Amino acid sequence: MHPAISVIFFTVTSGAGFGLMFMIGAGFPLPTGLAAAFFIPALAGLLSVAGLISSTFHLGHPERAWRAFSQWRSSWLSREGIAAVATLSLLGLYALIWMISGERLAWLGVPVAAGSLLTVYTTAMIYAQLKTVPHWHTALTPLCYLLFSLTSGFLLAAGLNGFVSASSRSAGIAVLAIVVTWACKYAWWKRAETTSLEATGSTMETATGLGSIGRVRLLERPHTGENYLTKEMVHVIGRKHAAKLRMLALVIGALLPVLIALTVWLAAASTLWLVPAFIALTTGLFIERWLFFAEAEHAVSLYYGGRGA
Amino acid sequence: MGRKPLTSLPQSTDKSLGLVIDLDTCVGCHACVISCKEWNTGGYGSPLADLDPYGAEPVGSFLNRIHTFEVTPEDAPASIVHFPKSCLHCADAPCVTVCPTGASYKRSEDGIVLVDESMCIGCGLCAWACPYGAREMDPVENVMKKCTLCVDRIYNENIPEVDREPACVRTCPAGARHFGDLADPNSDVSRLVAERGGMDLMPEMGTAPVNKYLPPRPKIKPDCTSAPTVAPAAENPGGFLGWLDQALEKLG
Repeated sequence: MHPAISVIFFTVTSGAGFGLMFMIGAGFPLPTGLAAAFFIPALAGLLSVAGLISSTFHLGHPERAWRAFSQWRSSWLSREGIAAVATLSLLGLYALIWMISGERLAWLGVPVAAGSLLTVYTTAMIYAQLKTVPHWHTALTPLCYLLFSLTSGFLLAAGLNGFVSASSRSAGIAVLAIVVTWACKYAWWKRAETTSLEATGSTMETATGLGSIGRVRLLERPHTGENYLTKEMVHVIGRKHAAKLRMLALVIGALLPVLIALTVWLAAASTLWLVPAFIALTTGLFIERWLFFAEAEHAVSLYYGGRGA
Repeated sequence: MGRKPLTSLPQSTDKSLGLVIDLDTCVGCHACVISCKEWNTGGYGSPLADLDPYGAEPVGSFLNRIHTFEVTPEDAPASIVHFPKSCLHCADAPCVTVCPTGASYKRSEDGIVLVDESMCIGCGLCAWACPYGAREMDPVENVMKKCTLCVDRIYNENIPEVDREPACVRTCPAGARHFGDLADPNSDVSRLVAERGGMDLMPEMGTAPVNKYLPPRPKIKPDCTSAPTVAPAAENPGGFLGWLDQALEKLG
């Protein structure tokens, strides 16, 4: 699949934004006062809105994006739009009350937290629902998206809490969160290694229906040039350096933040240091997300030359 | 348009209009590709783009494309199969249910899968959901394009009755494309499917395609051990040829 920068940026930043929103709504300890009540929800909102806006860049007609709220009965993309807007609205209300009264209302926080998880889940399901892309078509996809979102949000929230709290206990939890999250991603990668179109029963023989006659090979594409399908879904560049990029994602996105968090925890240092850990994790996630798209094979590639096409 | 936007699939359709494509007969001439593009660039929806048509990297949207495959049996030489591919108007169309706006829909009256271009946001998710590559984003209009089964021909009372079938079917010089109601077991197309063992493409995807493909008929396998060989030319011909040969020799 073609790794569109706008979609990679969207899934990473909105994931972090909704993760922070979850921490806010779930009552995670955060600085108090008017500035905190304004800037922390604003940061969560900004990250997710920046992501949502960037995702509209890959639309052919962004001016009609409002229409996407109508088909929640069948479409995960529509559900995502509704969940995102509803959660952001609730967050706005929560932040307003927090600013005015200085109180973080639990009964309003719980729907904010639940809405954040739901939004990330719907985003992941847009990919996980696709039978045409075997790499994505697994429950591990939403699990990874949710864990990455929660871990990014946790690092950011714990980092911001470092402004007021001297406790470094959250750094210990951060170590665990980062390890568990990447372990899930590792399981996703392991599954992806053994999951292919062929393994799920789709081959050039089933695609053409000619398997009962013999082995099938593409002789000529429909046109000598590229087309939308080959550009969008028959993308092959990513697979060449996949192993190196995975390692890079693990070093930047897992090892580096774990080392930072571990140091903070053991040295009882300020959790403010978890902010750079968050940046490292997010950087690693950009690589992970790029691979998520670039490595995925789509069933239509079977009509354009099969494996490796 | 009075249609209520809804991307849920109809429980059932009154008819299942679709195509039956004969892989035995198709000669790979691409005439259906051209007539499809010609009709649909001026018919339903916006035109079908062609960018850089005479340049180094021509690209454009097509609703019908012909692939060419080589199929090699275990015990016989390879043969070539031309393979036309357009929307299969699936009964369980995944492209419809993923649509966030209601632009993609399947008609309950005849089962045709269509895109209401004025509602399409160009997100491309339907093209991702389709295993067959039947949907292409138009590079100029930025809306999703797909086969309409020439919905503006088949019911069109302003054109002669003989033309009221999809442009690809009308134009095929080999008679490799057939159009009809596949829900009616007595229709010509259903009988053809029954007789020739019509098949679904990628049935494992669970899309229940309406369009069917007729497999190439078994080839007569050449018997290589007793293949006829050309007899050598006679060294010393007799009769008229012998006289002619000698006469010409004498001329030097």
